[in-house]
Amino acid sequence: MAATEIDIQYVAHLARISLTPDEEKKLAAQLGGILGYIEKLKELDVTNVEPTAHAVPMVNVTRADEVRPSLPHEDALRNAPKQVNGLFIVPKIVE
Amino acid sequence: MLNQLTISELSAKLVGREVSAREAVQSCLDQIARVDGKIHAFISHDAADALAQADAADKLFSQNGGNETRPLLGMPIAVKDVLAVKNQPLNCGSKILGKFISPYDATAVEKLKAAGAIVFGRLNMDEFAMGSSTENSAFGVTRNPWDTTRIPGGSSGGSAAAVAADECIASLGSDTGGSIRQPAALCGVVGLKPTYGRVSRYGLVAFASSLDQIGPFARNVSDAATLLGVLSGLDLRDSTSVPQPVPNYTAALDGNIKGLKLGLPKEYMVGGLDAEVKAAVDAAVKKFQELGAEIVEISLPHTDYAVATYYIIATAEASANLARFDGIRYGARVEGNDPAELYSRTRGAGFGAEVKRRIILGTYVLSSGYYDAYYLRAQKVRTLIRNDFLKAFEKVDAIVTPTTPTAAFKIGEKSGDPLQMYLSDIFTISCNLAGICGISIPCGFTKNPRLPVGLQLLGKPFGEETLLKIAHAYEQSTGWHKEKPPLPAGA
Repeated sequence: MAATEIDIQYVAHLARISLTPDEEKKLAAQLGGILGYIEKLKELDVTNVEPTAHAVPMVNVTRADEVRPSLPHEDALRNAPKQVNGLFIVPKIVE
Repeated sequence: MLNQLTISELSAKLVGREVSAREAVQSCLDQIARVDGKIHAFISHDAADALAQADAADKLFSQNGGNETRPLLGMPIAVKDVLAVKNQPLNCGSKILGKFISPYDATAVEKLKAAGAIVFGRLNMDEFAMGSSTENSAFGVTRNPWDTTRIPGGSSGGSAAAVAADECIASLGSDTGGSIRQPAALCGVVGLKPTYGRVSRYGLVAFASSLDQIGPFARNVSDAATLLGVLSGLDLRDSTSVPQPVPNYTAALDGNIKGLKLGLPKEYMVGGLDAEVKAAVDAAVKKFQELGAEIVEISLPHTDYAVATYYIIATAEASANLARFDGIRYGARVEGNDPAELYSRTRGAGFGAEVKRRIILGTYVLSSGYYDAYYLRAQKVRTLIRNDFLKAFEKVDAIVTPTTPTAAFKIGEKSGDPLQMYLSDIFTISCNLAGICGISIPCGFTKNPRLPVGLQLLGKPFGEETLLKIAHAYEQSTGWHKEKPPLPAGA
């Protein structure tokens, strides 16, 4: 059960989480251990086994396309860290 | 001491106008004032709002006289900090939601309110329901009412501790890998995880969407059945809720389990199982035989792979679900020079260690080059685990296991070792992967220290009626659920 190497900086970037060097070190060690444990799934033969995404199989759940009440604009904005004129304020995206 | 009553006991007193809803709520608030400094089951509670709801309930009682039919009118019920309650805070035990106030009610909360309940309080939990001890909350640890040096279990530790410490009549929690059943076992109360799709998840902050279910904590099985009846049913706002009729769950509780077949999985009675827990479960099995049930040894051969499967699927789903906490639309924000920097800084500052660990693990197992090896393989093993159960249920009506391998452990004992913490969920995790229903009920105590032991019953998909019937028959013939932790109960 070799500890699996994981490129923490790369994965943390994908996950959009900034980590301190201390956190990176600690996480790399812990995740190595956890991934080592998870390796045990490779013992099983899963050829011809269908994957389960949901335990209760339901497909194409639809409802009538009707206008129904939804969250009022001001309620949707009520928890925004920054807002002006009914809009969320974000840093500049396009130069 | 109204705060110590069951739903059916308090309901009788309220309907008979022997006591008012205000008195019932006040007795819970008094108990919170007496014991919650020690237990810390609640992150916060809005006493004025709870009393206002009580007054509204009392008005309805006096208007409608004896014709009142709302099953929970005037009943003080507290909820885990993962469920949206309109105009109340919602933090999921995390810093990242800042001063978030819910703009709407979760369907489960809406249903409780429609049934007349007084929904109050924000119960402590592991951050985003990730944990087994309620040590991962940004709002401090919750302590086990039976021994305050020990954890109450998790992630719904506050929900279990509040019911055990008589701070509310019942509560709601959520269960993704055992987060209702495990704390219920460790705090000596009843905890029910319904079948996936039985209860709408609308307004439940998502951790792992294919595993999460809302369920009740209660003082006895009958109360859990009453609550399940209120909570269940199709909701068009949750496309995974199932259009299955809702039976009268309390009507099934007739104490008669003669001829029912109970499966004992041989894989659950091995390694790491504490001797006193095993003895309590063995005694429960004997009790079931006395009650006329037939015990059948069964095999769930993929049990040993459940924890690994769970920690791939749950973290993968969490990494996607928690992407929404980015500091743009709600919650706390740490500014950055561009959006990506804002996201990373906000999430780096807002999430605790366990949440970061799981998001990063989930991101990794979904990342290019690893998807097939980890995520897809885990989904296939999930099929094998589910098939184990479906096969077993061809032979038996329910499955009996311990809820946890040990009684409550010490605060700090496992918090430094995530893998050991994950392995403490070994008996509860398969139920969520298989999408079946499960309940934990009190089945005894360890000797020294005296800590509750939980018995887990697992039932067929949408087999809650049978599950509750079996649990109720056992409970009524033993009385473990009547034991109270050594706390001041009030006058």
